[in-house]
Amino acid sequence: METTKLPPSSPSSPTTSFSVPSAEKVDGFPRRSMRRARQRRSHSSSQFRYQSSQVELTPLPLLKDAPVAELHDLFCKKLQQCCVLFDFLDCVADLKGKEIKRAALNELVESVATSRGVLIEPLYPEAIKMISVNIFRTLPPSENPEFDPEEDEPTLEASWPHLQLVYEFFLRFLESPDFQPSMAKRYVDQKFVLQLLELFDSEDPREREYLKTILHRVYGKLLGLRAYIRKQINNIFLRFIYETEHFNGVAELLEILGSIINGFALPLKAEHKQFLVRVLIPLHTAKSLSIFHAQLAYCVVQFMEKDATVTEYIIRGLLKYWPKTCTQKEVMFLGEIEEILDVIEPSQFIRVQEPLFRQIAACISSPHFQVAERALYFWNNEYILSLIEENCQVILPLVFATLYRVSKEHWNQTIVSLIYNVLKTFMEMNSKLFDDLTASYKVEKQKEMKRERERADLWRGLEEHQDRRMQMLTEAARNQRNLQERGERGDPPSPSSPQTAHSDQPEPKPSGASSSSGAGESAT
Amino acid sequence: MAGADGDDSLYPIAVLIDELRNEDVQLRLNSIKKLSTIALALGVERTRTELLPFLTDTIYDEDEVLLALAEQLGNFTMLVGGPEYVHCLLPPLESLATVEETVVRDKAVESLRKISQEHSPVDLEVHFEPLVKRLASGDWFTSRTSACGLFSVCYPRVSSTVKAEIRQHFRTLCSDDTPMVRRAAASKLGEFAKVLELDYVKSDIISLFTALASDEQDSVRLLAVEACVSIATLLPQEDLETLVMPTLRQAAEDKSWRVRYMVADKFSELQKAVGPEITKNDLVPAFQNLLKDCEAEVRAAAANKVKEFCENLPEDSREQIIMTHILPCVKELVSDTNQHVKSALASVIMGLSTILGKDNTIEHLLPLFLAQLKDECPEVRLNIISNLDCVNEVIGIRQLSQSLLPAIVELAEDAKWRVRLAIIEYMPLLAGQLGVEFFDEKLNTLCMAWLIDHVYAIREAATCNLMKLVEKFGAEWAQNTIVPKVLGMANDPNYLHRMTTLFCINALSEACGQDITTKQMLPVVLKMSTDQVANVRFNVAKSLQKIGPVIDSSALQTEVKPVLEKLATDTDMDVKYFAQEAISVLVLA
Repeated sequence: METTKLPPSSPSSPTTSFSVPSAEKVDGFPRRSMRRARQRRSHSSSQFRYQSSQVELTPLPLLKDAPVAELHDLFCKKLQQCCVLFDFLDCVADLKGKEIKRAALNELVESVATSRGVLIEPLYPEAIKMISVNIFRTLPPSENPEFDPEEDEPTLEASWPHLQLVYEFFLRFLESPDFQPSMAKRYVDQKFVLQLLELFDSEDPREREYLKTILHRVYGKLLGLRAYIRKQINNIFLRFIYETEHFNGVAELLEILGSIINGFALPLKAEHKQFLVRVLIPLHTAKSLSIFHAQLAYCVVQFMEKDATVTEYIIRGLLKYWPKTCTQKEVMFLGEIEEILDVIEPSQFIRVQEPLFRQIAACISSPHFQVAERALYFWNNEYILSLIEENCQVILPLVFATLYRVSKEHWNQTIVSLIYNVLKTFMEMNSKLFDDLTASYKVEKQKEMKRERERADLWRGLEEHQDRRMQMLTEAARNQRNLQERGERGDPPSPSSPQTAHSDQPEPKPSGASSSSGAGESAT
Repeated sequence: MAGADGDDSLYPIAVLIDELRNEDVQLRLNSIKKLSTIALALGVERTRTELLPFLTDTIYDEDEVLLALAEQLGNFTMLVGGPEYVHCLLPPLESLATVEETVVRDKAVESLRKISQEHSPVDLEVHFEPLVKRLASGDWFTSRTSACGLFSVCYPRVSSTVKAEIRQHFRTLCSDDTPMVRRAAASKLGEFAKVLELDYVKSDIISLFTALASDEQDSVRLLAVEACVSIATLLPQEDLETLVMPTLRQAAEDKSWRVRYMVADKFSELQKAVGPEITKNDLVPAFQNLLKDCEAEVRAAAANKVKEFCENLPEDSREQIIMTHILPCVKELVSDTNQHVKSALASVIMGLSTILGKDNTIEHLLPLFLAQLKDECPEVRLNIISNLDCVNEVIGIRQLSQSLLPAIVELAEDAKWRVRLAIIEYMPLLAGQLGVEFFDEKLNTLCMAWLIDHVYAIREAATCNLMKLVEKFGAEWAQNTIVPKVLGMANDPNYLHRMTTLFCINALSEACGQDITTKQMLPVVLKMSTDQVANVRFNVAKSLQKIGPVIDSSALQTEVKPVLEKLATDTDMDVKYFAQEAISVLVLA
């Protein structure tokens, strides 16, 4: 049986390695109870060849008892002590050592948070080293390859009792009034930041929460790293969108970006606009959009509020990536559109109204009532309603046919009554136009059907034409071959000979209805 | 050839282009998919001068449309007038190769690779190679990513100056700023190495390979492992040690489990590429480490390769290496904490018996098989059972039969019906290997118990299983052992069990032959036609239709016909329907 073979998937994404036992996979309905059993597990970070603490830790004197002269030295020793790593999967291993380290970390946190003058230059490399040794690790493979952040409990980091204190220390360190960016930047460098960003993929939400605050502080204090951080976040997102579709920390990174965007100077730099168009907008295509949609929509709206001229990019982008099959996502898109319309400038609205309302009309006619309902709610929004009213001449003709048709055939009564309200609103807005459209509805319908027939005729004609040409080419090829066979052998066939031509032609398509007088036929 | 260049008057380009511009994506997509038809209608001249420029200009569309376009253009050579004009296709494909969406870009690159072959060497240098250069130095990462896939197709057919330029470009992309591009370059490294002259492989590729294999991102490093296979194959044996092995050793001990996983996954290929000597000295310890890796993913990937690795060991030292180095690790894996690792091992471990021969198998492997047969995870047991044939050839299945039985029984009663289903599927195979006596004695009860399983899929599989058993053991065996039991169920109070009788009869009648069917089965079926449950009655009709051809024709007329006629007047609609259908199929009307 091949069931145990791990799907290596694309080499760039071995994160999705473990297959669920075949029995369960074919089933298609993994039982709740079984999933529950898998939950609430914790696993340890993948420290390769775990350097278990051969070093026996001995408790050091307390920091608060230390004479001032020895304080820094002791602080340093404690930092070094905290570089020892413990195996947390074995929960009874070396309990004494674990406790000593925990106590030391607690002391370090408290010291850096409360006392002034502790952070002197020689401590920086030691502190950063301690942080690096503890937090930087290859994240382990996911226990549950079909991890659904909305449904499943995340796997928690086993070494959290220590890890949390290390993060806490790092945070206090960055927030300390004594913190000197000029000294820190030598140790908190690009390589450090890159590793920090990779940790955002952690499945443990507690860890990501810390990372978020920490990265925010780093961004705020170490100005030289800002551009680099933005670029690396870009890379993470692009990889997420186009390569793996898997990264746990998208929401957290977007949250940081939300406030970064807030601080962008005007006019927006090309780099930032590019980020919007090529990264933020395509992020909407992700399967797991629901997890970070709120943060993403916030970023998008931030951009608009900064600079109204990006509105058109945003709306056209959203329309381009409009969900085709996932109604749940469609509802999210509609929500975001409403957020955008809430702050849109009327001059920008005019630029996008046509494609936008064509899409809205399509949503209204969705058989999924939540989609239709969400779209129809736009008419309850006063600002949007005022925009529609101002541009009634353009918008009403775009949506009229849909409203008219759906009001007659939608299965859901709520939708039907919502549509009646919308139609009524339009009638009050511009009764003349409304009457005209009602009158011409049938005629338009017929015109459309005529166009449909013409299209069918055109394609039929084209296909017949193609069939004839294919025949001609085949015949030509046959003749050519016959000629060649009769002629002497030394003559190499020219590369453009119909013989090769034939083999490269696409298969002739079976023409739909071969009878009737297609346009092509009548001409010959 | 009148009209061969298209009927200009008939198909004004405007109409066709309107189709390509339709508001409805689906219609646009349909038109693009028939682009060749449009091109044919326009003729080669106008395709070149009007259609292609239009396509090049309007590349801002749904990715779905672009994908179709990228694919179409790869087959367009003849539609633009043959190889001498093929370069006309480059501009639209160039734009498509810079698109964000990966599938579109990949398709564009695929088409470009295809039409590169249709370029003459001159055109390749004049048109194609500049395009590759433009892509390689594009602003956005997408174009540079696409460029990576195009170097190897033009390199062999250009002059040496251009070759030098291509190598330079490839080198630049390998150290690109964005990891996406480095990944693309790393994934094409092996392919590019294959078209390079050996000297350049040594001077250029090796340094790139070393650099990529120690990239800061593990997603790049793991791709270098793949390239390692191709590169090692290209180099002469004496260079491997200095040029490739340091990097490979490093990869096998990489701190990222993804890279180690990749090494484990490619282990057999690597083994073949580096040859027997290095395998003995380097790969054996590396493989041992992978089998003992701290990450279950890596261990499972390595466990999957155990058989292949052992098979490919040099013959002179194979047995010694397996016995002293591999087997101890394998023994540990049998009691691994992770079930995926164990089941990966279970799917290949039986293969070792052919390599090690009878004595070693009995002494060393058999205890492992037996341990795995008792594993707590059903998948492990299933994997062992499904590979029994390998052992059968070497030591005969009897050695295992004592342990086999409890394992089978336990799987047969597993709480998960998928597991039960899986073991049923091995029954005919097991029956064949264990023989009829063993089967009758030990397994027959199981096979009958499945017939009354509460899951339909199991009952169905059990029915099918009986058929296969009868095919194997013959009609006489069927008559003595299973037919009485099957027919006995016709009186069961549970209508589902009564229906199972009918399903069994459907499956068995052909294998049992006319005599048994007419004399033993038919009366039971006919009797059931008065069942109070309609489902049973219409299944009687269906069964009669099914077994009709096996029954002798007089019985058909005298016995079957009246019953079906009666059923055709049943109060239940479905019963009527199936009875009438049976009558018409059996031509009894």
